[in-house]
Amino acid sequence: MSANAALLLAVLASSFLPGLVIFLLPERQVALRTALNLAGAISKLALVSVLLDGVYRGETYAFRHAVLPGLELALKADALGLLFISLSAILWLLTTLYAIGYLEGAPHRSRFFGFFSLCVTATMGIAMAGNLFTFFVFYELLTLSTFPLVVHRGTAQAMQGGTVYLRYTLLGGALLLAGSVWLQHLLGHTEFAHAGIVAGLGAEQAGALRLIFFLLIAGLGVKAALVPLHGWLPQAMVAPAPVSALLHAVAVVKAGAFGIARVIYEVYGVEFAQSQGLLQPLAWLAAATIVWGSVRALFQDDLKKRLAFSTVSQVSYIALGLALFGPVATVGGLVHLVHQGIMKITLFFCAGNYAETLGIHKVSQMRGAGRRMPLTTLAFSIAALGMMGAPLTAGAVSKAWLMDGARAAGSDWAVWVLWASSLLNAAYFLPILWQAWFGRASSAWPDEHIAARGWRETAWLLLLPPLVTAAATLAVGIGAATSWSPLAWAQLIAAREYLAAAP
Amino acid sequence: MSTGLLFALVGAALFPLGAAGLLLQRHLLRRILAFNLMGSGAFLVLVGLAQRQDVPDPVPQAMVLTGIVVAVAATALALALTRRLHALTGRLELPEAAHD
Amino acid sequence: MIDAQQAALVGLILLPLASGAAAFLLGPGRGAGLCIASQAAALFFALQLADSVLAGDIARHRIGGWGAPLGIDLTADGLAAAMLLLTQAVALPLALYARAYFRPDSAEVRYFWPLFGLLLAGLNALFVSTDLFNLYVTLELVGLAAVGLVGIGGGALQIAAALRYLFATLLGSGAYLLGVALIYGAYGSVAVASLTPLVAAEAPTLVGLAAGLMLLGLLLKTALFPCHYWLPPAHGGAAAPVSALLSALVVKASFYLILRLWLGPLAPLTASHPLLPWLPALLGAGAILWGSWQAIRAPRLKTMIAYSTVAQLGYLFLIFPLLGTPGGRAAGILHAVAHGLAKAAMFTAAGVLIKATGQDRIAALAGAAQQLPLTLFAFGLAGVTLMGLPPSAGFLAKWQLLDAALGQGYWGIVLITLSGGLLAAVYVFRVLRQAFLLTSSKTTVAPVPRTLEWTAFGLAGASLLLGLRGVELVELLAVWGWE
Repeated sequence: MSANAALLLAVLASSFLPGLVIFLLPERQVALRTALNLAGAISKLALVSVLLDGVYRGETYAFRHAVLPGLELALKADALGLLFISLSAILWLLTTLYAIGYLEGAPHRSRFFGFFSLCVTATMGIAMAGNLFTFFVFYELLTLSTFPLVVHRGTAQAMQGGTVYLRYTLLGGALLLAGSVWLQHLLGHTEFAHAGIVAGLGAEQAGALRLIFFLLIAGLGVKAALVPLHGWLPQAMVAPAPVSALLHAVAVVKAGAFGIARVIYEVYGVEFAQSQGLLQPLAWLAAATIVWGSVRALFQDDLKKRLAFSTVSQVSYIALGLALFGPVATVGGLVHLVHQGIMKITLFFCAGNYAETLGIHKVSQMRGAGRRMPLTTLAFSIAALGMMGAPLTAGAVSKAWLMDGARAAGSDWAVWVLWASSLLNAAYFLPILWQAWFGRASSAWPDEHIAARGWRETAWLLLLPPLVTAAATLAVGIGAATSWSPLAWAQLIAAREYLAAAP
Repeated sequence: MSTGLLFALVGAALFPLGAAGLLLQRHLLRRILAFNLMGSGAFLVLVGLAQRQDVPDPVPQAMVLTGIVVAVAATALALALTRRLHALTGRLELPEAAHD
Repeated sequence: MIDAQQAALVGLILLPLASGAAAFLLGPGRGAGLCIASQAAALFFALQLADSVLAGDIARHRIGGWGAPLGIDLTADGLAAAMLLLTQAVALPLALYARAYFRPDSAEVRYFWPLFGLLLAGLNALFVSTDLFNLYVTLELVGLAAVGLVGIGGGALQIAAALRYLFATLLGSGAYLLGVALIYGAYGSVAVASLTPLVAAEAPTLVGLAAGLMLLGLLLKTALFPCHYWLPPAHGGAAAPVSALLSALVVKASFYLILRLWLGPLAPLTASHPLLPWLPALLGAGAILWGSWQAIRAPRLKTMIAYSTVAQLGYLFLIFPLLGTPGGRAAGILHAVAHGLAKAAMFTAAGVLIKATGQDRIAALAGAAQQLPLTLFAFGLAGVTLMGLPPSAGFLAKWQLLDAALGQGYWGIVLITLSGGLLAAVYVFRVLRQAFLLTSSKTTVAPVPRTLEWTAFGLAGASLLLGLRGVELVELLAVWGWE
């Protein structure tokens, strides 16, 4: 096996092996477990940075292993995959830190961190999948490894949320499986390749290809929470905050969105998909999801539920960007994959801080929280403003590119959708910010666990991650023009994709 | 009609009789007897059908001998289990399948 | 002279037989050790055999130097080698498990080891026999040993289950025997090698009747829906290692024989009408739906697993319309192997949970499930294979089945396969969720030997890892020696 292939396996192993060991650790081995978690997360970051450098230089990374004749587990690292890998690796480290603080003294931590590591492994596998078969393997692994995290608390409500989650994701998995096997049957392989693989099939298969596209998008749409497949996401909010952060910002919803990107660009090929009229309905669906999610978010009093519906809406920006035909919209969609992740994880970290520190779970309890927890609220405000697309934030960059892309694609209606969404975002975020900063605090917080000590309004492990991601929200927004920004990387992907697609 | 064919026909008649008894009877001893009847039916067919010439065919004889050994073993096992059930429940019928 | 391949072939039958007999004489203490050692040797033989068959060398042995049609031939091609390997790979961990499971002074363990040896000798002999009558004898050997194993607990329920099972198995093998008698009457031979061309040349109505009787009898022994009535009490009521043996291996033996006959000597008959393969497929679909539904409703853990076996056996018959394609065949065997490993793991894990709590109502397992994480993990991994989710051998089987079904445009099979997986998820997660429930009081569970937990885990792990090594198995199956 070449060193490049081994590197891909090492990226998987850096979270898989610690996860296995953590499962076997007794509950009280806190120091060893923390060390394993951090060692895994940091070594993964190191490995990913090697990959980033290599892919930038044009190095190819591939690993193949046949499981059945004609059926291979294939891993590869390309620009698109690395966008997702880097995001996951960085946010995994931060979420791990956060979770260590959040779960201090809670029961079943070995189980939690074990499945947490498996979940990240599955996400990495999804990002590195070299064909649809491998993608499906890790996609289902993600379902299996996130279920224990969703039901971690074990309450009746948690079990209910977990059941709904399983119902949606397993059904989606079955659809994705049907589509994948069908494709495998038609082509003899399901390789991800530039400009797609199905164009050569001929006109008599056009109907089948349309149906397969529908199956694949429906299967992926469950995790990407496209309306009407989004019902699991608000229910899954019963999970502990680090899980919500991970589910909503990184692993699960992004796995769906990322899968849609792979299917459009590397299975169907964007030109072919456009010529078959497959992209237009997807764009409409994404637009509907954007509006519907925002409208529902308006009416949620539960803070995490409001954020969940906001996720439903925001993740579809990605799908919209991908479905609008043209390089500019593609850049917008892809960069939003990263930007939304950073912003949304900040919001969930903050929501967890409010709950863990003061017992605040509802928007109506937020009055005055900004004065009690200024740093958390600052981070929350930056991320919320980013979501609305305020200048200097990551959100502004994504929205600008998406709007330009919509105009370039001649889809002016999409511009209006984006504007409407921004207004709705403001309508459900600004009242929170107003209440938090300017509202008068009630006499006592619902359930104060952690007392403030000096400037440290809560445990430092809870405070650090949202501050870092909030800073990142500003950094990637202000530094969008630099060569190291997610935007630059998204442009690299779009350039490779559209250049390769040209005859 | 040759003797062999007659045997075979008798066997063919005995087999369904035995099978029906095995399925429909409730008393365990009757079911065990029914099984033996069914087995004998199969043996008769085996020996009878093979006797189309006047020369006896030794192969089916050997098979039937083996089959009888198997049937004896099965009968012994069935009887032992029946005795045990009788000792435990005082009945010689299978209890209704438990639906829980 | 016999070479190493033939020695393996014969050893696989004689070793368990001898160790079973010795265990009867020596008693359970030393008998257990002996059986485990002989099972380890049998696993080695099976590996060796599979290796040589994989190289394209079909193993043949004439017993006593007398060839067919007068003597009995033993043959191991790829399919037989795969089944032999599965059998030994499941039996060895189960032997280790059983030694830790039974109390050394209990009455059950006295009978367990001799019957265990007998059962394995019967199974191994069945897989390599190429003579219809010899197959009957091995079938009966397997059946009687299995019935004995169900009854070793000695409780009224177990004895009743054993008797019900005995009558079913006797009826099944009786029908098979009558079929053999008719075949002998028609052709004057029971050796597969000489029968195959004869049936192909001419098949009178009598032979059709014979084929029907044989297959029907075997279907009953395989517990294909709606002939499954005997299976849940027998598999659900027996001791855990016995349930594992029965569900993982014994029902597969009669399935193996059906497949052999269907594709071998009876092929001219089964191919005579295009709708004929749809009969087992239809029953298989019924089994998947009915078995899963019953498993979802079952209040007791082992009853649930037993009904899951009823459902999973359905997949084995779903492949019959696809047997013409190599993919369909591979899908069936892959599933048989995957299910064998996973179901053994599931029953052994269930045994641990039941031993720890002293009862087996699913709703009352929450405390034990949380204090025995390794066991629950094993149960979960086995469940992954049963649901057909990646990365597991069950998933490969499902993928292969879907691929083959799409290739023929059989959408019904696709639909049933996919919904079967979802139904399996419902009953598997019924158990898994127990591990996450909040338990109000600290339930105390009895200490369980670690061997039990680790063997269950090992079996489950094997069913998963096989998902990465499907190529070898498919290559092995390509070495076909019965036609």
